[in-house]
Amino acid sequence: MTFYVLQALNGLAYSMLLFLLAAGLSLIFGLMDVVNLAHGGFYMLGAYLGLSFVRWTGSFWVAVVLVPPLVAAGGFLLEWEFLRPLYRRTHLDQILLTFGFAFVISDVVRWLWGAEVQSLAAPPGLDRSIPMLGTLFPAYRLFVIALGGALALGLWLGLSRTRLGAIVRAGVANKEMTQAMGINIAAVFTGVFAFGTGLAGLAGVIAAPIQGVFPGVDFETLIVTLIVVVVGGLGTLTGSFWGSLLIGEAETFGKTLLPEAALVVIYLVMAAVLLVRPRGLFGGRTR
Amino acid sequence: MAPARKAGGWSGTARRITRRQFLGAAALGGAALAAGVRLSGGMRAGRFGVPAALAAGPVKIGLLVSYSKVYGQLGEDITDGMILYFDSVKWRGGGRQITWIREDEEIDPQVGVRKARKLIEADRVDLLAGIVATPTAYAIRDMVHNSKTILIVSNAGGNLLTRARKSPYIFRVSFTSWQVSYPFGKWFYSNIAREAALTAANYGFGTESLAAFKESFIPAGGKVVGEVLPPLNNTDYAPYITQVQKLNPEAIYNFYSGSDAVRFVAQAAQYGLMKSTRVTGAGFMVEQDVLPAEGANALGITNPLHWALTLQNPENRAFTRAYRDRFKRDASVFAMQGFDTARVIVEGLNRTNGDTSDKDRLSEALAGVKFASPRGAFEFDPNTHNVIQTVYVRQVRQVGKDIANVVFDNLGRITDPGK
Repeated sequence: MTFYVLQALNGLAYSMLLFLLAAGLSLIFGLMDVVNLAHGGFYMLGAYLGLSFVRWTGSFWVAVVLVPPLVAAGGFLLEWEFLRPLYRRTHLDQILLTFGFAFVISDVVRWLWGAEVQSLAAPPGLDRSIPMLGTLFPAYRLFVIALGGALALGLWLGLSRTRLGAIVRAGVANKEMTQAMGINIAAVFTGVFAFGTGLAGLAGVIAAPIQGVFPGVDFETLIVTLIVVVVGGLGTLTGSFWGSLLIGEAETFGKTLLPEAALVVIYLVMAAVLLVRPRGLFGGRTR
Repeated sequence: MAPARKAGGWSGTARRITRRQFLGAAALGGAALAAGVRLSGGMRAGRFGVPAALAAGPVKIGLLVSYSKVYGQLGEDITDGMILYFDSVKWRGGGRQITWIREDEEIDPQVGVRKARKLIEADRVDLLAGIVATPTAYAIRDMVHNSKTILIVSNAGGNLLTRARKSPYIFRVSFTSWQVSYPFGKWFYSNIAREAALTAANYGFGTESLAAFKESFIPAGGKVVGEVLPPLNNTDYAPYITQVQKLNPEAIYNFYSGSDAVRFVAQAAQYGLMKSTRVTGAGFMVEQDVLPAEGANALGITNPLHWALTLQNPENRAFTRAYRDRFKRDASVFAMQGFDTARVIVEGLNRTNGDTSDKDRLSEALAGVKFASPRGAFEFDPNTHNVIQTVYVRQVRQVGKDIANVVFDNLGRITDPGK
């Protein structure tokens, strides 16, 4: 029994990481109708920048604070300079642009940081294992669970209780109407894009002590994030949350209970969900 | 007024070429072309009595390794090892200049096949070298064998290439998965523990290594308490580590390589696994390409491998020093394999006086190559064309300021059984 509780905890830590990524991607799509395929690239950029910041300053927490705004600035630049002119165009053009940037980021990272696998140590204090339920569990993963939960709560409160949140939700529901109400929808777009990208950067730094830092992590992560977003529903934060929980736990228990099928479990879950609810668990827009 | 144009379109000054003149010129040109082709082909083989070395151009090597994705660093290491050796002989072998064309196998067998075909058929390389990933090696094996292209494998360790799918044209400078793990099973029983849990990335290299370990561990009396097989390229090892903890083994034997190894070691340390059981694994888990990233987490891991940075013999001391001076990083087993690949090629060329046209002759010459390598004595098994080498037992220890694999025991000369 404790074995399953432990595995559920493992899955929870993984789900929180997925949530950080999926939330950004889902909001960007919900609001702007743009699939940002460079999202994985920003995640990777966050991880590598985190690595460098830790090397320069010796502190993990400094990296956690400084890296997300830096990555958000990158997202801002991408949106402002390159994506804006394409809003009138088809989805394909936007996808091509973001996908192209994904490759550019991938190569720039490789060029600047090299191809070897690197790792980031968990900060002192969190790098020990806590005896619980008869075995040892990493303190850092408990931290990730706590952080993810706190961010989820913060984002939900922000979206549902603040005026800015109301604007974003209105934009997701019907952007033309929101614009007609006098809101500068273009500024909201840029803001959400930058924020979502910043979240991806944060996820990169937080995940680095668990996942390692290496070329290829961008596309690996992008694929799982897309699955989460599709399962949860595009454009909804609640969808991202429950989607990441579902996929995170499915992946963990899939590995435990069906080791031969471990690679396909999350795809099977996605297929099953889409069969029953084609718009994802909480998807479905009002326009 | 513009001059009237003649029917036919040309201006008045050009002469008309008669059909006869045209045919004559074409015939002459065709004959010259054919003779030229014949001559260059013939001169290569020395058929006109001209020594191949004088007449032929440079030796073209096709180097196919991975420069991208998960095993990108291995490709860089192999290439740098080769550069180091070729530089030391001024890029000459058998009296000829050596050049190469490099391609990225990307860890995708389909890409590997395509690039190998390009190198063999379009670029017409004299020999092929490299191959990091076993699936790629298996995928190109038939193409290489049927086209009689000499392939020097610098890394891929799948057993089959030395057994059911061996070829006189394929030489392996690196190892077979069996070579590294088999001798360790018995040693593990006598020196570590009588029972073990096994874990490995679930692909050819991983499963072959565990099978080889069991081949000598179980007959010695060892008991396997459980096997856990995460997929290759797995990011989160938590569920698997929890399963190992549930088995509560005295010791474990693992196989992971590349980024999988870094992640596994980091996460196992986070779960306290390094303290609760004796952790051992095939040497790739803690080799130089990943050891710096693993750092103190890897301390204490006992591991078998056919080389170590700290191996004390004159060739290795010279090699590691030169590599460090030149490339500003420590050599890895992959760099050493690249170094030996280059040496094998040069020694083979020397033995045939630079003749690369007769593949059977070149194959025989390569099979007889023997020398002192940084790993110890190097020779090929004449039956399988796989390297015969010593496998060492190492442990990750703190050596001054650094963390390194220190050799403390020796498992003897190991020859792959070939079937």
